[in-house]
Amino acid sequence: MSPAACLNINMNQHLPTNRAETAFEDFKLPLLRDAAMVEANRCLFCSDAPCIKACPTHIDIPQFIRKISTDNVHGSAKTIFESNILGMSCARVCPVEVLCVGACVYNDLEQPPIAIGKLQRYATDIAFAEGWKFFEAGTDTGKRVALVGAGPASLAAAHELRRLGHACTIFERKNTIGGLNASGVAPYKMKAERALLEADWVLSIGGIEVRTGVTIGEQVSLTSLEQDFDAVFVGAGLGADSSLGIPGEDLAGVHGAVAWIEAMKLGTIDLSKVRHAVVIGGGNTAVDASRELRGLGVPSVTMVYRGVKDNMSGYAHEWSAAFSKGATAEWQAVVTACTGAGQVQHVQCVRVDTNKSPVAGTEFTLPADLVLMAIGQAKLGRMLEAMPGIRVDRGRIMVDANGYTGRPGWYAGGDCTNGGKEVVNAAAEGKIAAHAIDAAVMGDMGRMNDNGTAASKNDRTGGTSHA
Amino acid sequence: MPDLSTNTGGIQSPNPFWLASAPPANSGRQIQRAFEAGWGGAVWKTLGVPIQNVSSRFAGHTIRGVQAAGFSNIELITDRPLETNLREIAETKKLFPKNPIIVSLMVETEVEWREIIKKSIDAGADGLELNFGCPHGMCERGMGSAVGQEPAINERITGWAVKYSTVPVLVKLTPNVGNIVPHGLAARRGGAHGVSLINTIKSIVGVDIDRYIPLPRVGNMSTNGGYCGAAVKPIALHMVAALAREKQFGLPISGIGGISNWRDAVEFILLGSSTVQVATEVMLRGYNIVEDMTDGLQEYMRTHGFDRIDQMVGKAIPAYTDWGHLDMNYETVAKIDADKCIGCQLCVAACHDGAHQCIHPQQDTRVPHVDEAECVGCNLCQIVCPVPDCITMTPVDNGHSPASWNEFANEGKPLRPKKGAH
Repeated sequence: MSPAACLNINMNQHLPTNRAETAFEDFKLPLLRDAAMVEANRCLFCSDAPCIKACPTHIDIPQFIRKISTDNVHGSAKTIFESNILGMSCARVCPVEVLCVGACVYNDLEQPPIAIGKLQRYATDIAFAEGWKFFEAGTDTGKRVALVGAGPASLAAAHELRRLGHACTIFERKNTIGGLNASGVAPYKMKAERALLEADWVLSIGGIEVRTGVTIGEQVSLTSLEQDFDAVFVGAGLGADSSLGIPGEDLAGVHGAVAWIEAMKLGTIDLSKVRHAVVIGGGNTAVDASRELRGLGVPSVTMVYRGVKDNMSGYAHEWSAAFSKGATAEWQAVVTACTGAGQVQHVQCVRVDTNKSPVAGTEFTLPADLVLMAIGQAKLGRMLEAMPGIRVDRGRIMVDANGYTGRPGWYAGGDCTNGGKEVVNAAAEGKIAAHAIDAAVMGDMGRMNDNGTAASKNDRTGGTSHA
Repeated sequence: MPDLSTNTGGIQSPNPFWLASAPPANSGRQIQRAFEAGWGGAVWKTLGVPIQNVSSRFAGHTIRGVQAAGFSNIELITDRPLETNLREIAETKKLFPKNPIIVSLMVETEVEWREIIKKSIDAGADGLELNFGCPHGMCERGMGSAVGQEPAINERITGWAVKYSTVPVLVKLTPNVGNIVPHGLAARRGGAHGVSLINTIKSIVGVDIDRYIPLPRVGNMSTNGGYCGAAVKPIALHMVAALAREKQFGLPISGIGGISNWRDAVEFILLGSSTVQVATEVMLRGYNIVEDMTDGLQEYMRTHGFDRIDQMVGKAIPAYTDWGHLDMNYETVAKIDADKCIGCQLCVAACHDGAHQCIHPQQDTRVPHVDEAECVGCNLCQIVCPVPDCITMTPVDNGHSPASWNEFANEGKPLRPKKGAH
């Protein structure tokens, strides 16, 4: 793949106003007060509510909705943020159809489920607009925690650690913070400035030092992290787009989808000469990219996926939305080569059977002056392989239910452990790990001593309470 | 097709639906439009010595998102010139001769009553309704509920009206009394041909919690108003039934209080009303609600085998008794239909926190379990369940013969063992 040469990325926290993503309007419109009240009053206030269980951060959804119904928006927002400090962005970017809304009992009553995401957006948007602060840093414990990566997992972890009184330092490889929440979320769900606003809001609890442009393993070593801090949380996310290793990948106009989306969100891109775009993959990144290309005016967008529609890893509701915006798909097909003179012009494809083996004689060609590869991202766990006690499986950092890696003092969460899930998963995992870290650094057992080695007991995270 | 026509104390009406004395029955043009829409009769908004009203006048009581589930007003009787009202009564009677116009009246002295009754009847009134109920403003001037709360005054003024009237006289009773029965009996002694009830309930409907002023707000002050609308229906039903079952009473009743649809009307009729009066729901939705009321009532009558309204009137009164006569040995338990249950577990919270702790969550399913040995049959779970017909209160054959508390106390009839009393 060519580097993002044609892509003008501004890596400053101050975003340019002419970013490509600004072409998009919100797909789901915000609720005005009256509509929010009507919707809130529909909520049954279920006991032991299924929506709470379906939320990775276990927000007390019936409670925050009831508070909206009584015009107690402050209390409502507090309920949300108490469980999920990233509740504002999650309200926009969560796949609620498969989480809370999908679990709403109204689905079984053949009535529309409660618009939980929209209600959460209503309360959290007001909280941001009003500048409400809900949390204060805890009494200083004298403990210091390093966090690797400035995405949702680390932000959630750092905020919780600050509430518990631990000093935090976030190391971020890029010059922007917010992680994929800023650089990867489909712009019709949330634009980058909203993610940056949220990151600033989270950091406003104070006591979180953010060091951008620092790559762990280069400017700062793993060993020095272990020496300088009482614990380390790794929320490094995923790495660069994977490539297929097919001929023509280095032609101009062939990009990794995640890199392209980042450029589109944080900078400007030129699609004026693009008539035909091909997106390779069938996950949510492929679906998002297809819908974004259509939204930016590309006349023909074809997603090429090796599996069948019913088995795609992208959400069905997301694909239907992309399809309704004019994206099309070639199911059970793979791209075997990109061709063109310097600039990609075509992709060569072949049908595959249910075992994903090519079927001879089914070759076909698609015109393509832009090709996005959305077939996964590099896993960053290998950077920890040198650390005894940390298990890395195909690039994923292995952790227990508390985010503990197995090496005393080392915790991890978010995409680098789960392989790439939602913002809300990262938020949940960061918060859970924060409590495990707190228990470890404050408890007698397993507390990291001055030279960074474990104290006597290994079972350090037992009994950690999850908020 | 069932016959909807009614007779309330000699006032004939093509159907039992009347506009109550209130803003929807304020002028000739309004009442004419109401009759065009299908209303059977109208009680013309109270005539008297014209007053002046304040702004604002109304306030709604929002209950769990339902706007104006209850309603309050501090408007007084008509503020229009008497001659204007009388002229429009005559015009309306000419246009709609079959629709009764009952003129609501409220004045002070016997001479005033005599004169206004004569003028109303001369204008074409088919009946009179004596407003002994208004709980705000007029009562401070010795009228309205100030009359309705004193049986002796009620009886005396009713007597005047009956003496001077050549058309039926209904007495409109106030609910702002401890027991409605003496007041109904006073109207009867005064010679009334029927009663209408309830008037509005003395109330403060809410408070502006930012300005620290009750509602509705008139500048920087407020006053108590009259509460009405759907929320007051249960109070009205009780008062109607209390008179309807009183052996010494025996007068026709025009039921009022929170009637919003045909179902409400049926309930009032089954508890003894021969006509029903509506104001708040018309104020909230307009005259056209009467279409549903008439065909809903007609269909109810058809499916229940009633040909005429009078066959329905008071049909539920024999089943209204004192607590001491209820069968203590009748037993029900809640049954949850697992196929219909959506797993919201509202019944679990309701039973645990608000009842007798007999509905429990289960391990493998979200359908709760009812411990029938503990279930007292209170109905709370059924009331909170959002799924129609999912929870059924099912009678249990416990082998005990019926026995009321009175029978137990007086005759020693055996009662079944208590449930949920540990």
